[in-house]
Amino acid sequence: MINFGIHRLLRQKGILGMNQRNTDYIGRFNNRKYYPIVDDKLKTKQRATQFHIPTPTLITSLSTQHEIKYPQKWIEEYKAFAIKPSKGSGGKGILVITEHDGEIFKKPSGQTLTLFEIQHHLSNILAGLHSLSGNLDTAIIEELIYMDEIFEGYSHEGIPDIRIIVFQGYPVMAMVRLSTHSSDGKANLHQGALGVGVNIATGQCIDAIYDNERVTHHPDTHKKLSDLQLKNWNELLRLASGCYEMSNLGYIGVDLVLDKFKGPMLLELNARPGLSIQVANKAGLIPRLQQVEAFKHTHPMLETVEQRVKRAQEWFI
Amino acid sequence: MNQKIFNIFILLLFVLGIALTLVRNSIAQTPLLEGETQDVWFIEARIDFVASNEPVNVNFNVPKNPPGFELIKEQSSSPGYGFNYVTPNNNKRAQWTKRNANGMQTLYYRVQLKPTSYDSFYEVPVIEPVNKPLIPWKGSQAVAAQSIIEEATQKSSDEISLTNELVSLLNQQENQNINLLLSSSKKTALLQQFLTYLNVPNRLSYGLFLEDSRRNQKLKPFIEVFSEKKGWQLYSAKSGHIEDISSVLLWSQNSDVVLDVIGGNESSVKFSMLKRTVPAIKLQETQENSLFELFSVHNLPVEEQNMFKMMLLLPAGALVVVFMRIIVGLKTSGTFMPVLIALAFIQTSFLPGLISFVSIVIIGLLLRSYLSHLNLLMVSRISAIIIIVIFIIGMLSIIGYHLGFNTGMTVTFFPIIIIAWTIERMSILWEEEGAVEVLIQGGGSLIVATLTYIVMQWSFLGHLTFNFPEINLSIIALILLLGRYSGYRLSELYRFRNMDFK
Repeated sequence: MINFGIHRLLRQKGILGMNQRNTDYIGRFNNRKYYPIVDDKLKTKQRATQFHIPTPTLITSLSTQHEIKYPQKWIEEYKAFAIKPSKGSGGKGILVITEHDGEIFKKPSGQTLTLFEIQHHLSNILAGLHSLSGNLDTAIIEELIYMDEIFEGYSHEGIPDIRIIVFQGYPVMAMVRLSTHSSDGKANLHQGALGVGVNIATGQCIDAIYDNERVTHHPDTHKKLSDLQLKNWNELLRLASGCYEMSNLGYIGVDLVLDKFKGPMLLELNARPGLSIQVANKAGLIPRLQQVEAFKHTHPMLETVEQRVKRAQEWFI
Repeated sequence: MNQKIFNIFILLLFVLGIALTLVRNSIAQTPLLEGETQDVWFIEARIDFVASNEPVNVNFNVPKNPPGFELIKEQSSSPGYGFNYVTPNNNKRAQWTKRNANGMQTLYYRVQLKPTSYDSFYEVPVIEPVNKPLIPWKGSQAVAAQSIIEEATQKSSDEISLTNELVSLLNQQENQNINLLLSSSKKTALLQQFLTYLNVPNRLSYGLFLEDSRRNQKLKPFIEVFSEKKGWQLYSAKSGHIEDISSVLLWSQNSDVVLDVIGGNESSVKFSMLKRTVPAIKLQETQENSLFELFSVHNLPVEEQNMFKMMLLLPAGALVVVFMRIIVGLKTSGTFMPVLIALAFIQTSFLPGLISFVSIVIIGLLLRSYLSHLNLLMVSRISAIIIIVIFIIGMLSIIGYHLGFNTGMTVTFFPIIIIAWTIERMSILWEEEGAVEVLIQGGGSLIVATLTYIVMQWSFLGHLTFNFPEINLSIIALILLLGRYSGYRLSELYRFRNMDFK
């Protein structure tokens, strides 16, 4: 089952393992005192606004149980929205409503919910059901994101997001996560989403990983994945790169979305990004991380976002 | 540089642990292996009473020459009390005295005993066997007693077989004669009445069933019967003849009241016991002469020692968890959940523990899935699960009891809140990530718990950590070292197996 010959291969390719990620990167470059900004989506949003990084518009946030009971103004005002736990992780507890009539609420899958069920979901969020530590949480209600046309036929019931690993301000690796039929609209790889590697230099997609197997076509729509070319790629890279100054964390996963109307926006930050991005890119992170470290060693001055993006595009073709 | 200092620190810590162990081995003569040793029982009696603001005089029977044991050492601890031994009627009694005391008082009496080979004719100063014939029964009870006596006498030939017969009659639950007699006296008292009536020399003694690491034990009554051929024989009115006398310590072998408190009330006496293996040589030496003994767990009261015995095993359990997570990469639900499950397994013994744990969690998950339809607030849902878990445990205990496994009872040792949280987390995991993830994390927890259990049950390790607590420094060093491991986990070799590197 386990092939020990693979150990040497992984080393050769510079695949980053969980232990090394924790000790050599998260441990060294992420100061815990900056975690709250990342772990709390409401704080991420506030901070992003200060740094002029666009995020989905906040409709409202709820932090006490009694706020749930009273007639909600935002429900009347907005026809489509997303409910999220502020301290959630891994996409847990996110509820997307595409349309409603005040009593019946429709999910992207077509499934419907009653107002009572929405209130119950909100109450669970406040009780901390989805939060990282089980502590009390805040519910965030955001304007819905509309999928950009380039993803037409690539995504099933969910908005694709773009994950970029940013190391000391330099974008080092990227992938697009597409939901599939089996992922039920979710964009997490271990829940059955498709991870598509992205060329940092061009924003061109390469083929992908699905359920731990390599695929070239989308399993539901059978569209060729390498035909997917991301729009506004430089803007996406600049956004991701700018999250370094905003978060003060040296090793982060930046999750971005492409909105049909508003363009690239920051969805959330992750201080402990996963490792599957390497499989989607057919490449190990270690050589890229080392390249950035070596450069920082000779050039300790912080470069501007523009310079960093340009350099990353030269390095990681 | 930092890294270098850290490595040196780890190395020092590791060496220090080993070195202290070896030094203790050579100075205090505690053996590294269990082999060259002698079992010693540490028995501690704790006397509690409420003093009523007047002179206090506490008399307590203590063992003198308990059959099958050799008394090595005895001591009492009782701040502010005068202490001495008195020997009325050839007995041995510990006596505590104080001019004036008020409120809760606690006195300790400790004794170390070595099991010895014993003669079945064990001879103790014989107090006159109670010999006067008594007819303590009246009316219908006398008739019942008469019929039992006849039955027992007919089926027996000597004192021993007569006693055996009486005990087996006493334990016949259907026997109406017995039930009639038991309605007014206890089994042991009844047995003694019969024996006395039948002129069998006997006496009432109080003793303890010896079992390692038990606390809050009480003295149990025993009947000793004298036979011309075999000498004194030990009987329990419930279980009959006790052949292995080394499993019972006869604490008090005379008819005196065991504990007698003047100047206080609500007195009680409870016993803790602990089996320790010490080298045979050491028993001949006085024990408190080295610095190591001063810093030894062994000087604590026996009750605390029992707790430490378990606590000192935890670092080894933690090491197993760290190893399984960092090197192997098994997913578990909660970081140290497996250690807690393993601790519970130690108390329930493995297979019953495993079966109960799995069944409690499965039943809990089923009930929890019903609760999720009720749309409850989370806090009340978890509280409901805690109560459900208590019910499940109670139910399993009762079912187990009726099926004849008393192991069901020990399930209560499982930390209920932890099980409730496990059920809640597993249930959310089920809803969000599917049943496979539940199996992966649940299975991972059980595998790690099983390994932790095996390691913690390893008697050599138990001996080492209890007798040489400093070995845990080396364990910390290993854990810290593992914390610096940045290589691949075994599970990652599997996870990245399909990466093609063309």
